Amino acid sequence: MERLRGIWKMLKRRPMSLLGFSLIGLFLLVAVLAPVIAPPEAGTRDAYIIPQTGYSPDPVPPSREHWFGTTEQQYDLYYGMVWGTRTAFKVAVKVVGVSVFVGVLLGGCAGFYGGWVDEIIMRFTDIVLAFPDLVLAVVIVAVLGPSLDHVMYSVMAVSWPSYARLMRGDVLSVKERDFVTAARALGASDARILFRHIIPNSIYPVLVVASLSTGSVVITAAALSFLGLGAPIGFADWGQLISLSRNWIMGSSGNPFAYWHTVFIPGAAIFLFVLGWNLLGDAVRDILDPRQK
Amino acid sequence: MLKYALKRLAFLPFVMFGVTALLFACLQHLTPEMRAALYVKDPRQLSQLDAVIEKYGLRKPVYVQYGIWLKQVAHGDLGYSETAKMPVADAVKSFFPATFELTLCAFFPILIVGVFFGVLSAVYRDRFIDHVTRFVAITGYSLPSFVLGLVLLMVFYGHLHWFPPGRYTLDTDMLVHSDSFRHWTGLLTLDCLLNGQWAAYVDVAKHMVLPAATLLYIEVALLLRITRSSMLEELTKDYVRTARAKGLPERVIIRKHALANALIPVVTLSSLLFIGLLGGVVITETVFDFPGIGRWGVQAAEQLDIAGVLGSTLLAAGLFVTANLVADMLYAVVDPRIRIGG
Repeated sequence: MERLRGIWKMLKRRPMSLLGFSLIGLFLLVAVLAPVIAPPEAGTRDAYIIPQTGYSPDPVPPSREHWFGTTEQQYDLYYGMVWGTRTAFKVAVKVVGVSVFVGVLLGGCAGFYGGWVDEIIMRFTDIVLAFPDLVLAVVIVAVLGPSLDHVMYSVMAVSWPSYARLMRGDVLSVKERDFVTAARALGASDARILFRHIIPNSIYPVLVVASLSTGSVVITAAALSFLGLGAPIGFADWGQLISLSRNWIMGSSGNPFAYWHTVFIPGAAIFLFVLGWNLLGDAVRDILDPRQK
Repeated sequence: MLKYALKRLAFLPFVMFGVTALLFACLQHLTPEMRAALYVKDPRQLSQLDAVIEKYGLRKPVYVQYGIWLKQVAHGDLGYSETAKMPVADAVKSFFPATFELTLCAFFPILIVGVFFGVLSAVYRDRFIDHVTRFVAITGYSLPSFVLGLVLLMVFYGHLHWFPPGRYTLDTDMLVHSDSFRHWTGLLTLDCLLNGQWAAYVDVAKHMVLPAATLLYIEVALLLRITRSSMLEELTKDYVRTARAKGLPERVIIRKHALANALIPVVTLSSLLFIGLLGGVVITETVFDFPGIGRWGVQAAEQLDIAGVLGSTLLAAGLFVTANLVADMLYAVVDPRIRIGG
């Protein structure tokens, strides 16, 4: 409680962190309330499929009927944005969660056991890190076939190495500390020392970096969707919706901004979502990092 | 120092080997027919499917295919990139200069803007200019390049018709491929000037404004933040207090004393940034249809043009290893307190 009050006090002094919390809170609210504010049509099997009100190829600007307008082939943009919030959270939480888990486990083992275990894990890490950004991810999705799940797997596959590297460094310093020697003297097993003593004492930097990198994970996943490797057309996913807008940047003759909504609305959603996570990440760093105090 | 550098460079073949082996391992998920689809695009050619599979040895075990590829590379043949419609070596020669030129156009503005506003932000800490700078930086950091790219295209291409996407217009295309045009440097802007083609120069430059601006806005944040925090740290140090006590003007303290020390991490970071840009900026190049390494690499990956992926990845991986080495060495050069390799 005392700690929570401390955090609140700090937030009040830092309007940017407060903005981050509010943005993510707002998106969370939209995600939770999705069935209420954008109810799926009765009898829909998958609520993530955006309802279609026709097959006309031209997007329609916002109107009373379609608050955010429609994309090409008449997918309702408002519905897509609301349910896309759920997709965005799912991607962010799953990808960051799994890659932190894998990174901590591999980095922890590498640092703890040293020797050839360390050598094998870290050289593998180096190889994955040496890939140009996105190319490995694109290869993985291209091989597995385009789908949102495969986008998530591929982003996980390219984001764990930085956590592993960080974790290894921290474990290396923590394992030399006295309490580890003490635990060993008491006869604790390797697994117990690693999971009870070393990981809890070295995980904070990884968590800080994880919260700072959530935003870029969202961008990477959206970028893969933008390249047409993500969810199929009509699925409520922001990256997919914005990839639909690529054909409409020119507008119609006489009105260059006729289709502005196809770019601006999903673009603004991704931007604000990522901004929220980045500001939140800064706040988490300030809260967890003792050197900043 | 030399020994250390050589030791690190020895790592390069290992990374190249690993990267390509990993790519081949990914291929095990595909049937030979799926991979042959790259070469057979027309249903009428379907009868040739088996011949294609045979020709490229797609039915052989993956390690045999990898061995064949390695042997080819050892003979200096990187294969043929189906997406680029030319041999991989030629594709690199044609796409890399474009990426290099774009990198130059983006890197120096990033460096200047990042360092200038980073220092300004640190000196005027918690004042208005600091808040504005940091806000602009974090918004740039949060903006996906494809969103910014599309918005810029909508305004400056769709509406104003100022800056079109692509590399150049048809006229310039014909000019640079004509016999009278000499490619002195490989950098198209410079070559246009050297050939005295002012109109072509303007055209090529116009095509690079938007991608360079996108990269500037998106990449400057990190450099700015590092400069700011490093500068803030230096400004609290004893030597700065001593300089102030001596009565030196603040301007001199900031420029001569603090900045020189604050730039140490900036040098390292900017060398990594430079190489990062050089390795290909996939999304920015794709959005603006800019024919660089990144766009080629991602197109090749999408179409499973393995020779193309291997080529672009090898280049980027090589740059990556070199960049890390250069960053470490620069660290030792700019900071005499750091000695590497004993």
